[in-house]
Amino acid sequence: MHAEDFDINIDSMSKIEGHAALDLKVRKGEVIDVKLRIFENRRFFEMGIRGKSYAAVPQIVSRICGTCSAAHLMGSIKCIENALGIQPTDQTTVLRDLTLNGVNIRDHAMHLFLFVLPDLFGKDSILQFADSGYEHDLIHKALEIKQAGNLLSTEVAGRAVHPPFPAVGQFLHVPQKEKCEMLVKELKAIRESAIEFVHLFAEKDFVFELPDIDFIASVNDSYSYLGSGICTHSKGFCIPEHGFERFFKETVVPYSQSTGFSFQGTPYMVGALARMNINCTRLHRDTRKTLTEDNLFPSFNIYHNNLAQAIEIVHCIDSSIELLERSDFKQEPVQKIEPRESEGVGVIEAPRGTLFYHANLDKTGNLSYANLVIPTAQNQVLMEKAIGSMVQKRITEDKTKEQIQREVETLIRAFDPCMSCATHFLKVKWK
Amino acid sequence: MPKKKLVIGWFTFTCSEDNTILFVELLNQHYFEWKELIEFRHCKILKSQNEMGPFDVAFVEGAISTKREEENLLKLRKISKKLVAVGACACTGMPAGQRNSFSPEMLEKIKPFLAAHQLRDKIVPLRSVVKVDDSLPGCPMVPNQFLGLIDRYMSEFGVK
Repeated sequence: MHAEDFDINIDSMSKIEGHAALDLKVRKGEVIDVKLRIFENRRFFEMGIRGKSYAAVPQIVSRICGTCSAAHLMGSIKCIENALGIQPTDQTTVLRDLTLNGVNIRDHAMHLFLFVLPDLFGKDSILQFADSGYEHDLIHKALEIKQAGNLLSTEVAGRAVHPPFPAVGQFLHVPQKEKCEMLVKELKAIRESAIEFVHLFAEKDFVFELPDIDFIASVNDSYSYLGSGICTHSKGFCIPEHGFERFFKETVVPYSQSTGFSFQGTPYMVGALARMNINCTRLHRDTRKTLTEDNLFPSFNIYHNNLAQAIEIVHCIDSSIELLERSDFKQEPVQKIEPRESEGVGVIEAPRGTLFYHANLDKTGNLSYANLVIPTAQNQVLMEKAIGSMVQKRITEDKTKEQIQREVETLIRAFDPCMSCATHFLKVKWK
Repeated sequence: MPKKKLVIGWFTFTCSEDNTILFVELLNQHYFEWKELIEFRHCKILKSQNEMGPFDVAFVEGAISTKREEENLLKLRKISKKLVAVGACACTGMPAGQRNSFSPEMLEKIKPFLAAHQLRDKIVPLRSVVKVDDSLPGCPMVPNQFLGLIDRYMSEFGVK
């Protein structure tokens, strides 16, 4: 295989969110070209929300992506609240935390169990898992975990997809005590299974290290997905949310409907692996007491993004149990909001990484400018670099083209890309 | 003789894929039952090795925004006994088609991009291109309507 010429062309990738294709060329044993094409068709959300009221924007941008919808809601709400100087109540913050915990359980479970698990067992799909015994039990447990995440989102935020209750300055509905008790019971019931999956991913997942990269995440003391300062792993410093654009450089990817990014000239990765590399000491105390796998971080093994997600599921379970047990939710009075000409930034951690919203409002509270920086778009440059490096390494290890092609898809899945999110907008100059 | 299964395909065009996610969430409670009764002949969210029909039912999410999508939808119609429009974008073209109502100034700004990526001038719902047998409106669809339709097709195609 050392000096061969071959191409890998994947017209339409499966078991990812959305549509993407890959063209890779190897000549005389050297990878000479890697093009990851995201061809989810653009829907121009950044232009579509221009002129829309601040109150309507969160539910509109939620429609950027089905699986990340709650993250878009939270990012846009935080951005608008920062612009208008609105401070959410403690109860609203707890409900937002619970919403994002539910999303992370459900979304990580979809990625790990439907997309990645078949790779670990050398199968094409969970549909090929045995109808009885260990494999059957594994799928049963996986679906129970996913359902618990769905239930948490549904009971707290109103729905798992495009949840209706989170809003600017408030939470439109609060869960009743008996619902909270039911959720605690459900979360406790799946905790052991979630721990079992952490062990499984630690033992069975693949290895591909990419040492010369950076990781970025918006972190805080409680490992909440609501974010705070934006921190890097290798450079060891944090920047405030406001003014983030000065540090990130956009890269036009002409063959893709998405835009790439670098941080001070370095390709970087966002997502669960980045969060764990930067902030794993802040996982919930019960998660840290139970698991030892957090010792594997910081890690430059890209496949550890899967393990990081499995650990985060346990963290979200533990964090949610604590928040639900200590809270007694009451409907709060609606905050009075006075629109004014203003500018805001909102940064949160979506399941797939740091999500940035920057918006300007006019004096009536309508949006006059918006810029969104999406996790998958940030990872696009690094995904191509990782694919090229992995293929080069596997060529020297004498792997066959078929083996390499299979791993290319597995590696892309490890990044957990979301193509619907990556192609939401067209960068234009606004007056 | 092997038991007859409902042969389905699941397809997405221009949209947020929220109905695909909802479908995946419905698997939490229906996976083991559906595995016995449904053949997922084409379902990229679940498998890599997919076959292009023929289908008893094709579930199609998303609006049509390119010539290629239009051609693929026409092909799909020919190999599917029933074709279902799933979600708001497939049923009405919106919100994926929000650029249809952009001002001339806004359209001018996106024009080069539309040409570069062979996007249609107007985004349209499925029924503008092919005959649609059933619709599941909503953003996302209503889960019980989907479950009801699956049951109806199970009876119609002699699965149960």
